[in-house]
Amino acid sequence: MAVAARAEKRPLSIGTVILWVLVIAGLWSSYIRFTQGLGAATNLSDGRPWGLWITFDVLIGIALAAGGFTLAAIVYIFRLERFYPLLRPTILTAFLGYGLAATAIMFDLGLPWRIWHPLVYWNIHSPLFEVAWCVMTYLTVLALEVSPVVFEKFNLKGPLNLVRAITIPLVIVGIVLSTMHQSSLGSVFLIVPYRLHGLWYTGILPILFFVSAVAVGLAMVIFESSLSASAFKHRVKQGILAEVGSYIPYVLGLYLVLNLGALVVSGDVTLLFEGSVASLLYLLEIIGGVIIPIVLFSMPSVRQNRKALFRAAFLVIVGVLLNRFNVSLFGLGGAVYAPSWMEFAVTAGMVSAGVLIYMFTINNFPVLGGSSDAH
Amino acid sequence: MAVDRRDFLKLAGASVGGLLLSSAVSEQASAVSDAGMAETDVSMLYDTTKCVGCKACQTACRDWNKTAPEVDSSGIYDTPQDLSGDTWTLIQLYEEGPSWSFVKHQCMHCLDPACVAACPVAALQKSEEGPVTYDATRCFGCRYCMIACPFHIPKYQWDTNAPLIRKCTFCTDRMAQDMGPACVDACPTGALVWGNRGDLLADAHARIAENPDKYVDHVYGEHEAGGTLAIYLSHVPFEKLDFPALDSEPLPKQTELAMASVPGIIVGMGALMSGVYYAKSRGEKGKEA
Ligand code: SF4
Ligand code: SF4
Ligand code: SF4
Repeated sequence: MAVAARAEKRPLSIGTVILWVLVIAGLWSSYIRFTQGLGAATNLSDGRPWGLWITFDVLIGIALAAGGFTLAAIVYIFRLERFYPLLRPTILTAFLGYGLAATAIMFDLGLPWRIWHPLVYWNIHSPLFEVAWCVMTYLTVLALEVSPVVFEKFNLKGPLNLVRAITIPLVIVGIVLSTMHQSSLGSVFLIVPYRLHGLWYTGILPILFFVSAVAVGLAMVIFESSLSASAFKHRVKQGILAEVGSYIPYVLGLYLVLNLGALVVSGDVTLLFEGSVASLLYLLEIIGGVIIPIVLFSMPSVRQNRKALFRAAFLVIVGVLLNRFNVSLFGLGGAVYAPSWMEFAVTAGMVSAGVLIYMFTINNFPVLGGSSDAH
Repeated sequence: MAVDRRDFLKLAGASVGGLLLSSAVSEQASAVSDAGMAETDVSMLYDTTKCVGCKACQTACRDWNKTAPEVDSSGIYDTPQDLSGDTWTLIQLYEEGPSWSFVKHQCMHCLDPACVAACPVAALQKSEEGPVTYDATRCFGCRYCMIACPFHIPKYQWDTNAPLIRKCTFCTDRMAQDMGPACVDACPTGALVWGNRGDLLADAHARIAENPDKYVDHVYGEHEAGGTLAIYLSHVPFEKLDFPALDSEPLPKQTELAMASVPGIIVGMGALMSGVYYAKSRGEKGKEA
């Protein structure tokens, strides 16, 4: 993403070409997936029914998109309007993140043409039912939140005023929906106490998923603003990014306390010292993705330095990424699995398409430094 | 700036508090199904000491359900290694030194099934009579049931482009025609019998009491994961036969609490956000005036 975004300064740079190649490879794999089925395209099996697409595209895609509701809350509900310059690109990323997740679900479902079934066949006891509903509705909310960008571009006053009028209720609905499904993605794994490794299985999994989503949402705001700063020569004030960074230790601190607290209460803390691959993965996740970032973000010298701030945000992102991999793949009992090249190609193709759409939108629509919807 | 950060912390604290609170409030949430009613459900008892490993049940299941036989690379019929989309029940042999036993694997038809709680579109359901049924017209192939089942039972048709979940049906279609399960009817030794759950449990305990030296003193399925309709007697420890050690808590209980908190989250988070917005807007007006 870094390479590609920077390269955008020239019309057809190496980065853009690579992105297009990945998109085409992804399209080819999609063709195999939809004409020959999951068995032909993936390495999934009865012993490993969920793989890369669920972990990366759905769980991680949605977690990384959490900046959307977090920043919307900060700007519109807490009325900290100085963060407004960060809002539009973040909402756009969130929209693309959810788009990625929704598309990936189409790939992963055995019978994708029935994707609408949760609308008519209900099981309110299923966390996945809740996730399905929230993702569908929140995608609509995000589309509405992005829409002013389009309306402004084409100078459509009527719809623009309409969306502006409902901004606050929309933002509140978005926050509620996000809280529900960010946590429910954790609830999905509550039903597998025997399958999921004790270092990750805990009754507060939904709360951990929610809190880590808020943390990584803030980290994504920093990550992305730094990238656009170099790619589009659009610099937001360092002070604002530093302030976003100053919130992160509190959120991650809470996460750390809850996470370790749950381990101690359940007694599974002893698993930490078994020296297994699982315990190493857990330590990597907690030390590299939580403890070190807490320290870094607490240091004013890091917050005031663009590069250092960027690196610290990157650590948080990698930490949450690893956490989702641990919960849904590495720590989840089942057959040995490595994704097929087609699974990788589909994922890489979708992410590349997301980056291309992002760059196109930034270049053609008033996303960066656009006028404020709030006034 | 300092003030704003404090506000942010309040928000974070209140949100987490709200989540915790709503989980606590929902403690009284009702169970998905009532396991106490299972006495009269149809049930199946398998006894390792009577099984001769003829696999008549396996073949009868395949015949009745018209599933494709497994073939090896040269197209010759082969013995399946594991349950699959085409193999809904399987006889396996455990052997370790002088100790050996056959074992039959199939869907356990849990009293409070994880797969039923998990399925987002209610394709898997607990029927009146007890067996866990599957509605192929509802399923959209998310495979959450496969993740959720503690016995790793639901299997998928990976090699087709319109795949369905496949598992033992308890032959509910035969029962509708007043026949027993195909596998039970095919069993020549009486290792497999069916009846109502209360009677079969009593029978199982009676067999252990009559021959305490012959059996492990445990009726598998009586309490596991809240109890199952398929129950087992064995002369070798159950973990040797690939039966997981589960406690008596039904798995849907684990998710119930979180799911019951959802209304609390909606109301709590909605109210909190509206409240903060209202307070902040008023504060702002005050500043301006
Ligand atoms: S054994 Fe598995 S598939 Fe069968 S009813 Fe129980 S949870 Fe469902
Ligand atoms: S794969 Fe089908 S039966 Fe299984 S949980 Fe998903 S929708 Fe339900
Ligand atoms: S009850 Fe029917 S479907 Fe189930 S294993 Fe026996 S024959 Fe097969």
